[in-house]
Amino acid sequence: MSLKSNLHNLKEKYKGTKMAPAFNALHTFLYLPNETTHNGTHIKVADDLKRTMNTVIMAMVPCLIFGMFNAGYQHYAAFGTPVDFLSWDAFYIGLIKILPLVVVSYGVGLAIEFLFAVIKGHEVEEGYLVTGMLVPLIVPVDTPLWMLAVAVAFGVVIGKEVFGGTGMNILNPALTIRAFLFFAYPTWMSGDKVWVHGAVERSKEIANGANLDAISGETILGSLAQGQETSYSVADMFFGFIPGSVGETSTLLILLGGLFLIFTKIGSWRIMVSSVVGALVMGLIFNGVVSAGWISESSKFFGLMSTEFWHHLLIGGFAFGTVFMATDPVTASQTNKGKWIYGFLIGFISILIRVFNPAYPEGVMLAILLMNVFAPTIDHYVVQGNVKQRMKRLKVKTA
Amino acid sequence: MGLLSKKDAKLITDPLADNNPITIQVLGICSALAITAELEASIVMSVSVLFVLGVGNVVISLMRNIIPSKIRIIVQLIVVATLVIIVDLVLKAFAYELSKTLSVFVGLIITNCIIMGRFEAFALGNSPWRSFLDGIGNAAGYGVILIIVGFFRELLGSGTLLGIPVLGDPIEKTGLYSIGYENNGFMLLSPMALIVVGIIIWVQRSRNKALIED
Repeated sequence: MSLKSNLHNLKEKYKGTKMAPAFNALHTFLYLPNETTHNGTHIKVADDLKRTMNTVIMAMVPCLIFGMFNAGYQHYAAFGTPVDFLSWDAFYIGLIKILPLVVVSYGVGLAIEFLFAVIKGHEVEEGYLVTGMLVPLIVPVDTPLWMLAVAVAFGVVIGKEVFGGTGMNILNPALTIRAFLFFAYPTWMSGDKVWVHGAVERSKEIANGANLDAISGETILGSLAQGQETSYSVADMFFGFIPGSVGETSTLLILLGGLFLIFTKIGSWRIMVSSVVGALVMGLIFNGVVSAGWISESSKFFGLMSTEFWHHLLIGGFAFGTVFMATDPVTASQTNKGKWIYGFLIGFISILIRVFNPAYPEGVMLAILLMNVFAPTIDHYVVQGNVKQRMKRLKVKTA
Repeated sequence: MGLLSKKDAKLITDPLADNNPITIQVLGICSALAITAELEASIVMSVSVLFVLGVGNVVISLMRNIIPSKIRIIVQLIVVATLVIIVDLVLKAFAYELSKTLSVFVGLIITNCIIMGRFEAFALGNSPWRSFLDGIGNAAGYGVILIIVGFFRELLGSGTLLGIPVLGDPIEKTGLYSIGYENNGFMLLSPMALIVVGIIIWVQRSRNKALIED
């Protein structure tokens, strides 16, 4: 008896009972079901929801692997014993810190999905597959696991299940989880300690009287917000050898993931392009303000405002948010014209929040959540505009 | 029920659950969001509204036959404003710290939709005794929700109840904090109050499907 027929038998056995959705999900996740539909004409497509989700996950895997190397690399660099980037030492630290994040994220999220499917008696939905992968990539490496578990439970229930589950949610669940963590436990989500593994513990030891050097791993945005120069080169920013959340540092790998999503027609290139344009426009406006001399160097906004406009694309979570979160087909605008407006405003507002909110110099999360809320409104006006245009044409014809 | 007839008792029990002013009629949300970060403030707010609505309903009911209907809103406002000023002064005299925490929200009881709503919908057309019961019932329904929200927000947000630390000391790391627990700062922000109210509404409507409106 193969695993497939075992699963099939289990599924038959529980058919019609409350637990049925859970066994159905397991069976169809691993294998193509044996049954065929009996009536009507059906078109079989290869890219069902599971395939779509898996493609997005494949696009993110390079970021995850890179994040593991980078976590160890930043750890050793900050502790004064630098190692090569592609070394086993670096990867090992990343693996033991990041794998638990992935496991907790998937474990808690899928448990809640199964629970709701059983209670409500519908099939288990695949929506969490991507969210579960996104979450570990957008949190700091030292995030305590119980906090992640609480946040995932909150994000999945309040962000998705109350609206009716996958496909019904207004807000991106991964960003809801990130926003919950940020507002609930700000000391673990921002500042100069959380981005490098071990820095928080080191500062505790120092507070307890240990004679050690303080470790800090400020992100580029963090130091710019405080008006300091950053010591990282543009190449470091582009390839991702900088401190930051687990998977968002390497713009190169995100770019490759983005191209992969565009090539497989899963991510919307309109949103990605317009978001980049929006960010560049806002960056140029700020650069213009600085070169026109409207803002003095003593202003607390000067550091980020004077950042060259295209650097904004390389630092912080902008690239990751644009490629993997803004393009979420459920929460983004549905119409093509709407996608241009939606993406542009995400880029525009991201940089706006980044510059004017020195306490939290990362605006991508808030910008995407805000535009998630406005996406249906944008669509409404795009559709209405189209209706109006066609009505005009109709009138001309009948008149 | 010796004291209350069945019909009268319903005036008190209905607003507690199936006709709750906050979760069913969705009135008085503003104060439910603003002052529920601490349990003590929620309790004081509930008692204040209980007083204002109970007494106000009786006063309006006594005057219901002599109030010209064209100016009834102004009369209602004067009654409720008078009562709120009494509450405000009492709080300032006997619980000054607390009145500072509640700040403008005591004054804003005047604009609490529940109060004007009950004056309009009930006190203007019923006897003083029934109006009194209705006022008490609605204020209690409001208070129950405020206290539930305040309980969870203070417990999870600050780790205290009525100002007493119940989860240990967050700075010296005793109790729950010694194993890495941290207070949830989100709980202290107003959006979380809205979410807690939403969860109460969710639980209530999934227990009683008749409450779900299309």
